[in-house]
Amino acid sequence: MNNCQNQLSSENAANGGLWTDALRRLGRRKAAVVCFVVIAAYFSLAAVVHLAEIFDWKPAIIRYNQQVGTAYERPGLQHPFGTDMFGQSVLRKTLYGAKVSLTVALCASFISIIIGISLGAMAGYFRGFIDQAVTWVYSTLSSVPYILLILGFAVVLRNRSILGLRPSGAATACIAMGLTSWVGICRLVRGEVLKRAKSEYVLAAESYGCSSFRIILKHLMPNIFHIVIIDFCLRFVRFVHAEVVLSFLGLGEQSGCSWGMMISDARLELLRGVWWQMTAATAAILLISLALNVFGDALRDCLDPELRIQ
Amino acid sequence: MYIIKRLLYTVPTVVGVLLLTFVLFTVIGGDISGSIAGEHASEQTIKEIRHEYGFDKPLFLSFDSQFVNHVKSAFTFSFGRGIDREPVIDKLKRGLWPSLALTVPMLLGVTIISLTIAIILALVRGSVWDVTANIICTAGMSIPYLSFILFGQYFLSYKWGFFPVYFSPELPMAQYAALPVIIGIAAGLGANIRFYRTVILDEIHCDYVRTAFAKGLGAGSVLFKHVLRNAMIPIITRVLSAMPYLCLGSVLLEKFFGIPGLGYLVVDAVAHRDYFVINAVTFISAILFVVFNLITDICYAAADPRISFE
Repeated sequence: MNNCQNQLSSENAANGGLWTDALRRLGRRKAAVVCFVVIAAYFSLAAVVHLAEIFDWKPAIIRYNQQVGTAYERPGLQHPFGTDMFGQSVLRKTLYGAKVSLTVALCASFISIIIGISLGAMAGYFRGFIDQAVTWVYSTLSSVPYILLILGFAVVLRNRSILGLRPSGAATACIAMGLTSWVGICRLVRGEVLKRAKSEYVLAAESYGCSSFRIILKHLMPNIFHIVIIDFCLRFVRFVHAEVVLSFLGLGEQSGCSWGMMISDARLELLRGVWWQMTAATAAILLISLALNVFGDALRDCLDPELRIQ
Repeated sequence: MYIIKRLLYTVPTVVGVLLLTFVLFTVIGGDISGSIAGEHASEQTIKEIRHEYGFDKPLFLSFDSQFVNHVKSAFTFSFGRGIDREPVIDKLKRGLWPSLALTVPMLLGVTIISLTIAIILALVRGSVWDVTANIICTAGMSIPYLSFILFGQYFLSYKWGFFPVYFSPELPMAQYAALPVIIGIAAGLGANIRFYRTVILDEIHCDYVRTAFAKGLGAGSVLFKHVLRNAMIPIITRVLSAMPYLCLGSVLLEKFFGIPGLGYLVVDAVAHRDYFVINAVTFISAILFVVFNLITDICYAAADPRISFE
């Protein structure tokens, strides 16, 4: 009897929920595990820099604007990634840049995902007029080329006070990216909710009087949340890259240091043969993007092999 | 009947784009007469400029309101004058050809090369080559676009001198456009190869392929006569959806190589807060997008009788 129960429970564990199952399959892929470690390392680095700023610690590693040598020293033992125009350590700048770049991308992802999920779920669940309105808004937004849209938002929002606050360059970039790129996730969520809104469990929840809000949040969301997670991984990469472009065009972070600023600073240095700042920033972006791309693909294969997000 | 209905469905989108550009550049962007006049302009000058550009008119609710003028200028494709008082439409006409010289070869090159590689990869799927190529493609997708441009410009033209570094009007078009085109193709390959490979692999798993092999057809014949024809729909969709962007040019490539196309115009307009130019480019590209969408849908309906309007 006991044995039987054990067997049952181990079988249950083997075919546990979607998430347990997916995690088990992810764990078997070495590449995915390595990528996850890389992503975790990047985020903890950004978190450490944030904490250090809040609590006013001054570890050497985040004092990026300290002069440590002469200008344009080649990479060597003392300065592993060399120094920049002001004699600042490129290694420190790269590490510090993770904070701005990742925070901008993270905030932009949250803004766009929150807008996308709420509009998409409402459109898919309530249909009718709301659906038409949401579809109208996103088909309008998606008919404008992405880069123009984001530039338009960024240039209009720059140096402007919003509700009495004056957002910094990075915050403007976040808002511009977030407000312009929720269309993809909105479409996906709307489609999934539309498909599931007629299933029995939703009908059951409706019949014992759940509010629409509760049905969307407690019954529908858990069933489509894996799509959001997968989309998040791939979206995040796009935002890191978009931050570079915005910084280059002078629409991103103005003070401080981000990978985008490093690349746009390095543009003129490159012609003088100073390749290290450029290479360091590129490598930093390449590593996190590669990790997120591979991890996102693995996640998609494990969670939802049918799904295609481009 | 289908065409007429589909045509009617574009009306809300066009209205949406008009509203969006109006809200962005006129309501939020607002009165930029101060920055047009320059820093040390007198009250009187600013007032005159305000009147000249019509910033003193009411926003809505009048025959001569800013909104009516906005719609009027969009449908007559006049778009008024930019902040340097040159008619915007002249600027656009001037920029169109250099942009097309850049983007048309880029689209052709990317599509042909990545389709060829994708077919080869689909044939050897699962092999070492396939896995390696997949990793390289993902890495290529993960490198920021700016890094492609900067390193390409540095190595190929500055250091090794294969191409002119910068645009100059005396050079023939083929010479100055070559390097940006190559860089654009290189940057686009990763994502495109992966897309086309998935498309072809999707088809290869279908039943008709097994049937064709069972009949005793060779791999080449199955691939080109059966698989590729069926894979044509997503391929054509992707190419057609890239069409409207052709006219827009490539913002970053044009900026770096000094090619006086539409992308350069946009970057310039962003730097000078010339909302008139951004507005015009946004509207025109949105219209192109809508038109090409319409063409795609009509082509589908013509090609596939199962498609009808719901």
